[in-house]
Amino acid sequence: MKLKHRERFSVLKIFTGGGFIPFILRRILTSIVLIFGMTFISFSITQLVPGDPVAANLGQSAYSDPEIVAAFEKEFGLDQPVPIQYLRYIQKLSKGDLGISLSSKRPVLTDLKEYFPATMEIALVAVFLSLIFGLLFGIISAVTRDRLPDQLIRVFSLTGVSMPTFWTALTAFYIFFFVLGWAPGTGRLDPGAEPPKKQTGLFTIDALIEADFSTFRQAFSYLLLPAIVLAIYAVGIITRFTRASVLEILGNDYVRSARAKGLPEYIVIKRHVLRPALLSIITVAGVSFASLMAGSVLVENVFSWPGLGQYAYRAAVGLDLPGIMGVSMVVATVYITMNLIVDVLYRVIDPQLRKSN
Amino acid sequence: MHFVMHLIHVQQKRCGIKMLLTVKDLTIKLMTASGSAEAVRNLSFELEQGEILGIAGESGSGKTMTALSILGLLPYKGKASGSIIFNNRELIKFNQKQYREIRGKEVAMVFQDPMTSLHPMLTVQVQLTEHMRHHNSISKAGAREQALKLLDTVKIPDPVSALNSYPSQFSGGMRQRIAIAMALACEPKLLIADEPTTALDVTVQAGILKLLDQLRKEKKLSVIVITHDLGVLSALTDRILIMYAGSEVESGFTKEVLQSAKHPYTRGLIEALPDSEGDGKHLLAISGMPPELGKFPTGCAFHPRCNFAKNQCKEVASKVLESASKQRIFCAINPFSLISKEIN
Amino acid sequence: MKIKTKFSKSIKVKNSNSIWRQPLAIVGVVTISAWLFLAIFAPLVAPFNPNSQDADKFIMPSAAHWMGTDELGRDIWSRTIYGARISLPYSVLLVFFSAILGSVIGGISGYFGGRTDAIIMRITDMFFAFPAIVLAMAVAAALGPQIRNAVIAITIVAWPIYARLVRGLILNAKQNDYVTAATLLGSSARRTLIVDLRPNLAGPVFVLAALEVGNALLLLSGLSFLGLGAQPPAAEWGSMVSIGAINFDRWWVGLFPGLAILTAVLAFNFIGDALRDALDPRTAKALRD
Repeated sequence: MKLKHRERFSVLKIFTGGGFIPFILRRILTSIVLIFGMTFISFSITQLVPGDPVAANLGQSAYSDPEIVAAFEKEFGLDQPVPIQYLRYIQKLSKGDLGISLSSKRPVLTDLKEYFPATMEIALVAVFLSLIFGLLFGIISAVTRDRLPDQLIRVFSLTGVSMPTFWTALTAFYIFFFVLGWAPGTGRLDPGAEPPKKQTGLFTIDALIEADFSTFRQAFSYLLLPAIVLAIYAVGIITRFTRASVLEILGNDYVRSARAKGLPEYIVIKRHVLRPALLSIITVAGVSFASLMAGSVLVENVFSWPGLGQYAYRAAVGLDLPGIMGVSMVVATVYITMNLIVDVLYRVIDPQLRKSN
Repeated sequence: MHFVMHLIHVQQKRCGIKMLLTVKDLTIKLMTASGSAEAVRNLSFELEQGEILGIAGESGSGKTMTALSILGLLPYKGKASGSIIFNNRELIKFNQKQYREIRGKEVAMVFQDPMTSLHPMLTVQVQLTEHMRHHNSISKAGAREQALKLLDTVKIPDPVSALNSYPSQFSGGMRQRIAIAMALACEPKLLIADEPTTALDVTVQAGILKLLDQLRKEKKLSVIVITHDLGVLSALTDRILIMYAGSEVESGFTKEVLQSAKHPYTRGLIEALPDSEGDGKHLLAISGMPPELGKFPTGCAFHPRCNFAKNQCKEVASKVLESASKQRIFCAINPFSLISKEIN
Repeated sequence: MKIKTKFSKSIKVKNSNSIWRQPLAIVGVVTISAWLFLAIFAPLVAPFNPNSQDADKFIMPSAAHWMGTDELGRDIWSRTIYGARISLPYSVLLVFFSAILGSVIGGISGYFGGRTDAIIMRITDMFFAFPAIVLAMAVAAALGPQIRNAVIAITIVAWPIYARLVRGLILNAKQNDYVTAATLLGSSARRTLIVDLRPNLAGPVFVLAALEVGNALLLLSGLSFLGLGAQPPAAEWGSMVSIGAINFDRWWVGLFPGLAILTAVLAFNFIGDALRDALDPRTAKALRD
């Protein structure tokens, strides 16, 4: 379909015009470019770094047999020159094919679909907890500046970001499972228990859909401890940042004006302080979710939780390039989506940005 | 001669009038990075209903802290002592809850920079009406009506669309008018304006000053104007209080103080104003710099920069001298011969 | 107290005593000094040889073995002391390398500006988007599990924050009036940048590095925990905890090395926080953004 000269320019306007929708479209476009860039980077790095995926995935005896090695290489396209490997990868990617995992021998996409929901389950709970407690503690800390609640909260939040996640997981597991018996063991369900019919992959949600309340309670009890451990670092970060943000805003002139009008303190906080504070807080919240990825590798390891973290670990150790790329893509996509959401929220919260756009 | 008689006449009238605000021996201590420091020392002044008092001085003289102490809005870890009697109540002893009852409702404040003192993310309507509704329990619609009237009073064009706009959409002068409207929303008895025109263009200043004068006439509003600009003082105020290093150095009726200042510091300030005729003379400036908080000189704080200082100025606190027309200075030397009634 | 380094001119401390006024900072310094002391004098202080397997396995904490023994009969307290010799120096080294790498990249980006800047910034963005742990694991696995390679791996993922900081500082400085003034006076842009900037960069980078040492230690011990860092029989805290994870009913095996990590990281964070609070607001702001 040939567009006339003028019409062609007006199509471009969808992207370049002012206003909300063009803005979102622009951001989505840059995000896609970003993801492609990332595949390039991860590909390059894993190629540049010495290491033989073949050796990592075949046993010793198999490795010494040249025929098996050749077959392995052929199957996974490792015998091709590097640029060709990359091109073929991108080609398949655009069709939605993420390649075959070198270690599990299954399509990476299948692997991801299986492991991702487990991580989502604890991540969502962790996000929820860290936002609520982080904001709450941060605000209390700022408002009771230098008094006892503030001192306590500051020490706790600093400790929270200083704890090695794997050790916290281990200690929590020991205390709550071994000593107190309050928490169930490792894994997602009791040994031998049937998972609910897979709709989303999140056992809790799936159980609820089936109105299977006993499975729901079981699944929830298993995910609680890992989720809490995962949340600790994020709570620490969000608390600290919220405190700093709120304190800074409390020193602003417009807060003084609000107080000078005789408004009660809770209204000053709610209406005058929180809105500007939220701007910088959502940025930090977005960044702290990235820390959940690192945390989940360690937490899932300790709790034998079959999620993306475990998969990433196995892929890394096995130098399973498609697997590594697959995990990277997922996490990067989540990260970029978070950034997008943060940007949109920015414009919703700050009317100045909205109007000037 | 006639002038002096007029002043004495006014002074006699004053004796029978109840003061709206009486400040006595106000001392304000602040917490700085290097410890506690006095920002205001033993300050005393009065204000009656319908009067405009100007508090003048360089940066750091303690004028803003004085204003904030009336509202109980001293910065973190700041403490005020002495006596502040407003409308027959002793404010020094107020807790935050009691302060909140009079803030906005009986005493209101307009700050220096309207860009930062208005909230960038709330509409004009919200900022004008929220304290109205809190103090007086009016409905949203009723508050909106009053807000429109307020915007009219401060001469904002197109008040209806102004209500739905954000402060960033207005010019500096307009924003200050909105800030003034915000301060007057609950019809306070006292308005404190901290450098209301400093952040504005000279051409816009006159409008603001005219507005304040009008409000004083129409609503018997008492105003304290804090400024370092002598032009503003002469245009607007009835009486002036000149501050230096946290203490008063001179006070009295504006015309008298500006025309015949009796304190070396006031003289210095007035003579430092450039002559509009510009006859090529050097600009006169007071040598030196005002002292930093916590590092005030002993005795009379001005003595290091004063041309008339003698040894005693360093040691002894300055003497109070007051004339029959209530012009008052704090000076041990009295170089310009203020004729004093016997005080002490 | 001025920070007595060649950065004295560049780190303007808000008021001379504020660092020492913070009790937490003092606790931090004392703690790190204690670990340093233990690390340096390990052979003299440790009651047992960290590798000797003479005692029984899995002795609970007692008078003879303050922290008990591990699965091979080695004294855990001694191994913890020796662990400081690995964890502390390698974390500092890590931060040093990533700071230098990041600063150079950020410096190039900010100095040359234009397309170079845009390209480098996009690459930096990608690294931020990348799940650092995945990349670090992959690189560490590829190079061969060894503490040295773990350091390399983490350096590769940790440099972006320094790049961003340095680039931001340079861009700010370029806009500064004194640069314009110097240029007007005839000095070439390059000279002003080198003469005026370098002292101003060192300070904030140093403070950011101080803030990051704790994180470096956490990452390093995390990789070791996963088996991708220090290898047995090295007495590294993270790998000691992983043995504790396998034998979690013997609570002392994992608890004490983890506590060691916790105290060290906490101490680094106390110091880093105090340093940042004591700076003049401008640099503090640059660090926060």
